[in-house]
Amino acid sequence: MSETPRDRILARLRNAPRPEVPRPPSVPPPTDAPARGERAARLKSRMEAVRAEVHLVPSEAWLDRLKEILTVRKVATLLYAPQTAIGEALQHAWETDAAGSPELVAYAGPVETFKERLFAVEAAVTAAAGAVADTGALILRPTAEEPRLMSLVPPIHIAVLRAEDIFASLDDAMRAGNWPADMPTNMLLISGPSKTADIELILAFGVHGPKELIVLVLE
Amino acid sequence: MMGTESFEQSAERALADDQLRKNFAFAMGSFIMKRKAVFSDAAETEQLRARGQAIKQRALSRLPELLEELEANCARNGIRVHWAETPAVANRIVLDIVNAHSATGVIKGKSMVSEEMHLNAYLAAHGVEPIETDLGEFIIQLNGETPSHIIVPAIHKNKSQIAHIFHEKLPGTPYTEEVTELNAIARRTLRRRFYEAAVGVSGVNFAVAETGTLCLVENEGNGRMCTTLPAVHIAVMGLEKVVEKLEDLPPLLRLLTGSATGQLVTTYVNLITSPRRPGEKDGPQEVHLVILDNGRSRIYADPQLRQTLQCVRCGTCLNHCPVYTRIGGHAYGFVYPGPIGKILNPQVEGLEKAAPLITASSLCGACEEVCPVKIPITALLRRLRDESYSRAPTSAVPGHGCRSSLAERLAWQGWVLVNTRPWLNRMMNAVLGAIGDFLPPVGPLERWMRFREEPKFAGRSLHRRLKKEGVADE
Amino acid sequence: MGRWLGRTTTGFRQRGRIDMTPESPKPSRVYFFGTCLIDSFYPEAGLAAIRLIEREGVRVIFPRGQSCCGQPAYNSGFPEEARTVARRQIRAFHEEIPIVVPSGSCAGMMKHHYPTLFAGAAEQAEAERFAARVFEWSEFMVRVLGVRLEDRGQPLKITWHTSCHALREMRVIEDSKSLIRQLSNVELVELERERECCGFGGTFAVKHPAISGAMVYDKVEDILATGAPRVIAGDCGCLLNITGAIAHRELPVSGQHLAEFIWERIHDGD
Repeated sequence: MSETPRDRILARLRNAPRPEVPRPPSVPPPTDAPARGERAARLKSRMEAVRAEVHLVPSEAWLDRLKEILTVRKVATLLYAPQTAIGEALQHAWETDAAGSPELVAYAGPVETFKERLFAVEAAVTAAAGAVADTGALILRPTAEEPRLMSLVPPIHIAVLRAEDIFASLDDAMRAGNWPADMPTNMLLISGPSKTADIELILAFGVHGPKELIVLVLE
Repeated sequence: MMGTESFEQSAERALADDQLRKNFAFAMGSFIMKRKAVFSDAAETEQLRARGQAIKQRALSRLPELLEELEANCARNGIRVHWAETPAVANRIVLDIVNAHSATGVIKGKSMVSEEMHLNAYLAAHGVEPIETDLGEFIIQLNGETPSHIIVPAIHKNKSQIAHIFHEKLPGTPYTEEVTELNAIARRTLRRRFYEAAVGVSGVNFAVAETGTLCLVENEGNGRMCTTLPAVHIAVMGLEKVVEKLEDLPPLLRLLTGSATGQLVTTYVNLITSPRRPGEKDGPQEVHLVILDNGRSRIYADPQLRQTLQCVRCGTCLNHCPVYTRIGGHAYGFVYPGPIGKILNPQVEGLEKAAPLITASSLCGACEEVCPVKIPITALLRRLRDESYSRAPTSAVPGHGCRSSLAERLAWQGWVLVNTRPWLNRMMNAVLGAIGDFLPPVGPLERWMRFREEPKFAGRSLHRRLKKEGVADE
Repeated sequence: MGRWLGRTTTGFRQRGRIDMTPESPKPSRVYFFGTCLIDSFYPEAGLAAIRLIEREGVRVIFPRGQSCCGQPAYNSGFPEEARTVARRQIRAFHEEIPIVVPSGSCAGMMKHHYPTLFAGAAEQAEAERFAARVFEWSEFMVRVLGVRLEDRGQPLKITWHTSCHALREMRVIEDSKSLIRQLSNVELVELERERECCGFGGTFAVKHPAISGAMVYDKVEDILATGAPRVIAGDCGCLLNITGAIAHRELPVSGQHLAEFIWERIHDGD
């Protein structure tokens, strides 16, 4: 039987003295969970501290707010995911009245063929599966319909989030969503536009990821 | 090591470099303040650190089982797991994957393990261009340097030095010290490389055994570019990075991020569980995980030294270290600088090569006071000092006994004699009290006196004064 | 045998500790461990520390067999040699009465490291009982004796330097400062980088002179920035280091041990 590097490494590890170490107790659910309104406010304040733009809007008004946001920035092309609730809402709204609005660009095929377009669109809109209020981050679960690169490549990323999906903490989000049972191929926490402080610790925004992150919180 | 220069020489050169000292003093001072701001509640911070320590110690106690579980779950998810005992083997694995895809370059996210492997030099020697995409790594790569800090690789440079590097090394780039401009230049230059890359290489912050998930944190977005855009993603990690469960991540992320940059959360937390599945439109087609040993299993065998492996590579020990702040990262001459470097490098590379590192500490304890996983760094340094003199036949640490010298043993025997024979002690003090001022400045006294006046022995010691005063001795 | 009886409490903030509060009865007798540096370089500080204890009605015993706590060998990779010397101290201070130490560094060695040094050895239990009786001098003055000081000196600005062990192991920086703050004519200006090591580190200073030199240089700069003409410290290793560097640069700042300083102030010195 020939030994592989794996065998040798594991053998060395198993041969070491290993007293039993118990698992630290799980964090219990908080008894004084902040109310929904408070969570939304906390999320907004945390994210705005790192230059995200957060809008609290009534659910029926999000499309109008989106259009305003796009108009102000003179966005000409908007990447979206057609086979999602957001996508369908957008298509419908644009069919009704697309005047002054950017062109809707669907993430039509695999990135290998779509890459050039992907790098040329000016903004993208995706859903956020949830958010974490205490640290101020969105939870994104890319899917076949809403691929990973939508929230990375275009310089403006707009995320649409339902207020009821905001959790107080990451522990809560993991527990409520039973994450271990159902991990998507890629899951992301996103807390703001991309940034760096590598030069003299001076903060600068918009490095390789989006320069702007705009969040629409639907109440 | 830097050529044939000794550690002492490198340190002295760094100490004489006023600009370097200013750059580091400013940066480390900022990091200290930022960390304090984000861990402002002392009791809560202590609880969190204890939790981080408990999670890591638990994971280490089950290391072989967790690595097997990680491998099984990764495989089930479609991530191919490779095992490498040495950097040479790990490099070969990476190269083979690159060659299998006929790639001529790779885009890289920041990875200290890849520095440990000297991956860039290896790839370049085999005709594959490694392209660093983290801004700090990008800067030092342009200048042909290695990182001087675990988190901010180019912190030893100030704006104007970086402006010069961009202007001289990037064709067609004007000289500008404007940080937004410099960032924009980096973004433009690298965007093309992201677009074209066939292979991306990254490190791993935490690998979750329970779900076969790789967790990576970053602020710039370059890491996600490297792990999402190319057709192939190769992740490299030290074998100690595996954690047991997904629920271990929230406290570890809080500790890592707060300690590393004083943030509550990084811009991106990237949880990779599988390559592109059928129907998905992006994500790599292949994801590989290379698990590197390089001495870690040997460190693991010693229960006390095993604590070295708790490290989450946050860099906060560097930020708080009075030695690191003054000599900077390059003077150490090894891959990992700072306090973690002082305990890790000697155990990986051997005590003979790294011996000066372990004495270059006053054991002030500032590092272990802030370590998010409570590594007892000063105790481990003492242990390594013991090992460097130990004449035991075997030891957990390669190169043990390399410092053992008759002269030093005799000196300490002398010290024991003086401190166990009261009459000898009194005599020494009496003699030194009389002639102490006239001792020739040689050896330790000469080194002391480079920066200080010689200490003045008291005419009569406390023992003598108290005897005179009639203070009881029992 | 004194009236006082101590008991070791585990789980107390510091490992193993005689349970004492300012309200509990004062011990009638204590041991004094002078430290090797005070013995050779600063006997006045030792004398002052002893007198200040005696002034509170406590009898001080100074076993003549004492020498060094063993830290130099312990930190330098010579644990056997450290144990040999440490054993001497444990034997010399054999009665179950408190041991007061005018140095955070030596107190830390005895209190926090003796149990480690003798872990698994025959003397382990004895070392742990010894460690539980160790007090740093200023914490003893404040928390056990509840000393009250009346300042009879002239107005003076000073700054305080803490040793790393006093700060992080013995955690007595506030005790030391509270003693100073009792002196009504003394203005205490804190160092901006109070938590930073002065660069002594025992053999570190002579094994890595340039790095140590840079650290003490910066410490002196920090002291100068306070504008105080005097730096007070509770550790003579630091004091030797800092005053040596000050003298090397011919600067008009003097250094003094806390006990000596307090003794002078309450007797209308300076």
